[in-house]
Amino acid sequence: MPRTAKPLVALVAVGALLTGCGGSSGANSPSGTSGSSGSSSATSSTAVAGTINVFAAASLQKAFTTLGSQFERKNPGTKVVFNFGPSSGLAEQISQGAPADVFASASTKTMDQVVTSGDAASPTDFVTNTMEIAVPPDNPAGITSVADLAKKGVKVALCQTDVPCGATALTVFQNAKVHVTPVTEEIDVKATLGKVSLGEVDAGVVYVTDVRAAGTSVKGIEIPSDVNASTTYPIATLTSSKNKATAKAFVDYVLSPDGLAALTASGFSKP
Amino acid sequence: MTASSVPLGHAAGARASLELDVVVRRDAFTLEVATEVAPGEVLGVLGPNGAGKTTLLRALAGLAAVTSGSIRLGGTVLDDATAGTFVPAEQRPVGLVFQDYRLFPHLSVRDNVAFAARSRGARRSDARRHADRFLDQLDLTDLAQRRPAQLSGGQAQRVALARALAAEPAMLLLDEPLAALDARSRLEVRSELRRHLADFPGPVLVVTHDPLEAMVMTDRLLVLEEGHVVQHGTPARVARRPATQYVARLVGLNLYPGTLVAPDGTVALATGGSLVATPAEPIPPGSTDVLVAVRPSAIAVHTARPDHASPRNVWAGTITGLELLADRVRVQVQGAPDALVDLTPAAVADLALRPGLQVWLSAKATEVDVYPDRPPSR
Amino acid sequence: MPWPLALTALVTIAFLLVPLVGLVIRAPWRNLGHVLAETQVVEALRLSLVCASAATVLSLVFGVPLAWVLARARFRGHGLLRALVTLPLVLPPVVGGVALLLAFGRRGIVGQYLDSWFGLTLPFTTLGVVVAETFVAMPFLVVTVEGAFRSADRGYEEAAATLGASRLTVFRHVTLPLVAPSLVAGSVLCWARALGEFGATITFAGNFPGRTQTMPIAVYLALERDPKAAIALSLVLLAVSVAVLVGLRDRWLHTGPTA
Repeated sequence: MPRTAKPLVALVAVGALLTGCGGSSGANSPSGTSGSSGSSSATSSTAVAGTINVFAAASLQKAFTTLGSQFERKNPGTKVVFNFGPSSGLAEQISQGAPADVFASASTKTMDQVVTSGDAASPTDFVTNTMEIAVPPDNPAGITSVADLAKKGVKVALCQTDVPCGATALTVFQNAKVHVTPVTEEIDVKATLGKVSLGEVDAGVVYVTDVRAAGTSVKGIEIPSDVNASTTYPIATLTSSKNKATAKAFVDYVLSPDGLAALTASGFSKP
Repeated sequence: MTASSVPLGHAAGARASLELDVVVRRDAFTLEVATEVAPGEVLGVLGPNGAGKTTLLRALAGLAAVTSGSIRLGGTVLDDATAGTFVPAEQRPVGLVFQDYRLFPHLSVRDNVAFAARSRGARRSDARRHADRFLDQLDLTDLAQRRPAQLSGGQAQRVALARALAAEPAMLLLDEPLAALDARSRLEVRSELRRHLADFPGPVLVVTHDPLEAMVMTDRLLVLEEGHVVQHGTPARVARRPATQYVARLVGLNLYPGTLVAPDGTVALATGGSLVATPAEPIPPGSTDVLVAVRPSAIAVHTARPDHASPRNVWAGTITGLELLADRVRVQVQGAPDALVDLTPAAVADLALRPGLQVWLSAKATEVDVYPDRPPSR
Repeated sequence: MPWPLALTALVTIAFLLVPLVGLVIRAPWRNLGHVLAETQVVEALRLSLVCASAATVLSLVFGVPLAWVLARARFRGHGLLRALVTLPLVLPPVVGGVALLLAFGRRGIVGQYLDSWFGLTLPFTTLGVVVAETFVAMPFLVVTVEGAFRSADRGYEEAAATLGASRLTVFRHVTLPLVAPSLVAGSVLCWARALGEFGATITFAGNFPGRTQTMPIAVYLALERDPKAAIALSLVLLAVSVAVLVGLRDRWLHTGPTA
């Protein structure tokens, strides 16, 4: 489950912080790291083959897992390994030299950081994701609108403001001119959704895609488009990639009609 | 009687006597003892390891229940298997000085001695004042602030006694009180302990496997072997007329079971041979199973058969060992019967005694005591 | 000294200390004062200390009797019970947090009654943090103290009984003091574990500054926003635990009766 993976990600990040030099040079990916062994087995840098590591925002997990196996089927000899996590945490890992070939972020801000540090160039915005209110299936607090979230006694879980789903939720509240005090600021969107599905809170504000992926364990309350906000997802190959051809092929596949179809099926919108 | 809020003084001054008639079974072991101990009397319980001495003390203290029988102290039933009565240790007016003292390591000497009063609800200051009396009585005032770890063996022994006495028990039990001491402090503590025990108004039981301790400190001895009382009597009598080989060895006597075959005192020994004895007390008529006791120093050793047969008892043997004991040599002789003989080192040298040598032993009939085996002591 | 042991020990020391050295070297010393002056940091630290201490007190009050029962009572299923109550030692803390939600959450098997009868909900409250930390940390205390009860010399308890002490008096005035060094050691372990607790806390009690955001959570969140601040916070947590442990050691661990 995604939540168990979080502390591990943190551990990796801390480890990277301590062992890596922490500088911002673009060439700080050690050539001998274990992750690159798969790509080094590729016969040439122009062939679409071998293993690529795709670092992707947690909200992309379902759609990208599907896309990954489709890509592998279409390109025999390739293998796509995913690392799903909070975008900011993944960006941090990339800047510390984690072996990644593709980065798909849930926010342009984190992608900008990666571009600024020279780890990626020319990202493409490929989808957007809008927000939705998730409530337990029985909707105990009778939530029907964003304004209901501001009512006294209604327990709301939000993502913490440093991750895109938290920041985007705040934009929604500003648009709707309501002030919502959450009982908890969860570390990421999956944790927020978990609190809703367990019924510990009356509502959470998460991505449409998360509500879709959660199936019957939560119920979605749509947010009117005039107050809704979205986050844009950029994708890019990374400059330190040892398998640039395959990385580029994967990005192209995501941007292709087939890729977009899989993404919109998960609830994402075209940019 | 102890659940009252009166902090102390179970039976201070009350002179209770102990009556016990118990069977305690533990696994394959059975202890069976019946006796009485009068107020102020010190009963020694002597026996080898595993004889059941400690089991007896634990039953008396309430740390173990009897399997059958009863224990009464001054009319109060402490344990009665038939009636289903069992007074637990904390409610018995019984003080127990453990062999290893068991002084509470986290408390000062003073607080150790004050523990009983504190346990019964006395205020700390009152309990300490009460303890001070006993510290004074046992000459421990200077050590009051020390921790048990800072005491010598002899001091710890005194503190353990003070702690038990401070509970003002009606009966006092001591488990091998000197066993944990080195030889030198043992001598000192022994006479001191004897004095304190003599002052104690209630019954006292002292468990020991040291005959000297038993002789010096007790009024009466109860010898336990394998859970059974094998002898019962004053220390002097037990020492003079041991009932078992264990006691005979402890007190240093040759002891032979046999059958009285002639009115003059001729005894056919169970191990072979015969001895002519002179009973120190008349043998009750009808007693044919007897024990013959001979002091090792009452036997003479000869390298040739003594002709002038003034000793009535003369027999042959082979030396199997020589052992130097302080100022004399103990000679082990195999013959009919076997014997331990005490000689001076000079005599051993004069006779050139060595293991394997054939010798003749002799003993005067007047030096050989005979008495009925296992007198009905109970 | 056998050199293979010494060498291995040296490697182990390096393995344990180098990461800490890394923290110290990479710490943003210049901005440290600035970072630490933030109210959120002060609040997180205060909350951490209060909750870890409360969890330790709860663990002592409830864990010591449990340790005694496990060490002394003999009954069917004893071994199984012992394994079960020490399970949080091996349970991933996040799983522990989920389990706590299922038990004491608003819809938990116990929590729904706490809510409907007493209006008490534990998740997202400071009390919830204490409960999560107690759940994870108490077994450390129980295991330590149980071992001490088991190996404590029963002879002293017998001696106390012959001096007229009731069972409870024996426990309070003889047994507990005898195991005091283990009580201190167990409490220290428990406190340290509670102080560092992250997974169960964030899962069960969530994250809200001043109410449920403890230092480890603050460190984790800061890592996403400002890694330098995260290092600074870690340093503070490290310094506080070292200070407390050293303080306890001087005061207790060296002067204990059996130490």
